[in-house]
Amino acid sequence: MSAARAPAISVRDLRVRRGGREVLHGLTFELGTGLVAGLIGPSGGGKTTLMRALVGVQRSARGELRVLGMAPGSSELRRRLGYGTQSQACYADLTVRENLRYFGALVGARREQAEELLEQVDLRDAAGQLARSLSGGQRSRLSLATALLGEPELLVLDEPTVGLDPLLRERLWRMFRGIVERGATLLVSSHVMEEAARCQEVLLLRDGSLLAHATPSELMRATGAGDLDAAFLALVAERA
Amino acid sequence: MTRTLSTAVRVLRQLRHDPRTVALILGVPALLMTLFRFVYEHQHAAFERSGPALMVLFPLVTMFLVSSVALLRERTTGTLERLMTTPISRFALLGGYGLAFTLLALAQAAVVSSLSLAALGLSLMGSTALVVTLAAAVALLGLGLGLLASAFARSEFQVVQFFPAAILPQLLLCGLLVPRARMGALLSAISDALPMSYAIDGVRHLAVERGASGGALGDLAIVLAYAVGAIMLGALTLGRRSE
Repeated sequence: MSAARAPAISVRDLRVRRGGREVLHGLTFELGTGLVAGLIGPSGGGKTTLMRALVGVQRSARGELRVLGMAPGSSELRRRLGYGTQSQACYADLTVRENLRYFGALVGARREQAEELLEQVDLRDAAGQLARSLSGGQRSRLSLATALLGEPELLVLDEPTVGLDPLLRERLWRMFRGIVERGATLLVSSHVMEEAARCQEVLLLRDGSLLAHATPSELMRATGAGDLDAAFLALVAERA
Repeated sequence: MTRTLSTAVRVLRQLRHDPRTVALILGVPALLMTLFRFVYEHQHAAFERSGPALMVLFPLVTMFLVSSVALLRERTTGTLERLMTTPISRFALLGGYGLAFTLLALAQAAVVSSLSLAALGLSLMGSTALVVTLAAAVALLGLGLGLLASAFARSEFQVVQFFPAAILPQLLLCGLLVPRARMGALLSAISDALPMSYAIDGVRHLAVERGASGGALGDLAIVLAYAVGAIMLGALTLGRRSE
């Protein structure tokens, strides 16, 4: 349905060198708008590097990158994109609410949105707590909430559901689908294969190369595997 | 502009959650000035000569330390990278820091100067407001130097080691210990190149000349130029992209 529209992300021959060695080896793919795409693969495979290149903070990223039709890092794009870092970047010496207010002010979010997000990511009770005193799971929810401020058209979320209990993970995925329904696009990374099943499209990234770009059912059909873990193993074996 | 203001509010909120640091920033200079007064118990002229200089030294030391650590944290905890993906520009970010630290420096200078003038018997011929303004300009200089130091450090251990490297030479050469006129040609040339020399010259003018003397205003302008220069140079180190 959305295939006719311009792609949300278009990448051609993306190569990134870090510390003298190449960590992304010429990635090429396109993602449409209005969908949840999963960037799935083991830790150390280049997921964060790819995301940092897309949001425009990765040094020495070579290749053609267009995000919402714009160059990564351009000021117009920064108004329309939300990035949730894996490192849970927030101010440890501010409260949860103060963190949300600050990041909200930077993107021009509605003032009430901070309160709505507190509810949605289940941090209402911790709103007055300093971020330093949060648990790992709470911090990652705060990081996610800061990325959602300002209702961006494209959300790039690095491992947003890691370390969360199944109930909350379910709730976040419901929220992600809601965000997509209002027309936004999500790119969500995970090292857990089962999360791939929740995405409309999956990018499998391993050792800096794309193993596959398909829907979850296509992946299983193509490999004849019974589940996504088995499909992943089959794809790795195929390459070897 | 709203992003600059939001950033200033955010920096001040961070400080509010750290009342011990704020108490040290406001209290320690007052305590040191009092100590200084009693060390020179029987040499009031020496106190009169060096006391005003201390008023503009405190903000340099304080703001260098506070800003170098604060900006190092921005760089190392991932918040800077997070900011770089939002619409804020690095100048708006630094403007926010500048605004917050200027307010802090004004509060510090107000405490020290009112104590010194009202209770410790220090006298200024010139404008007290101008001394406080000079202190705020020095605070911005401290921010600029702290920002630069944070670019060359990877840990808080490293960044505080830049204090003796960047600040102590200025204290030795600014004319506080030995009058600048009595330095040799080489030292005098180095002294002329360092911003704190002008801050001390300026405050000396204000100690002995009435009102807002032209000399003091010239020195204030030079200190401000150095401060803006250091902040601009530091802004170049806040690149959007990193490894």
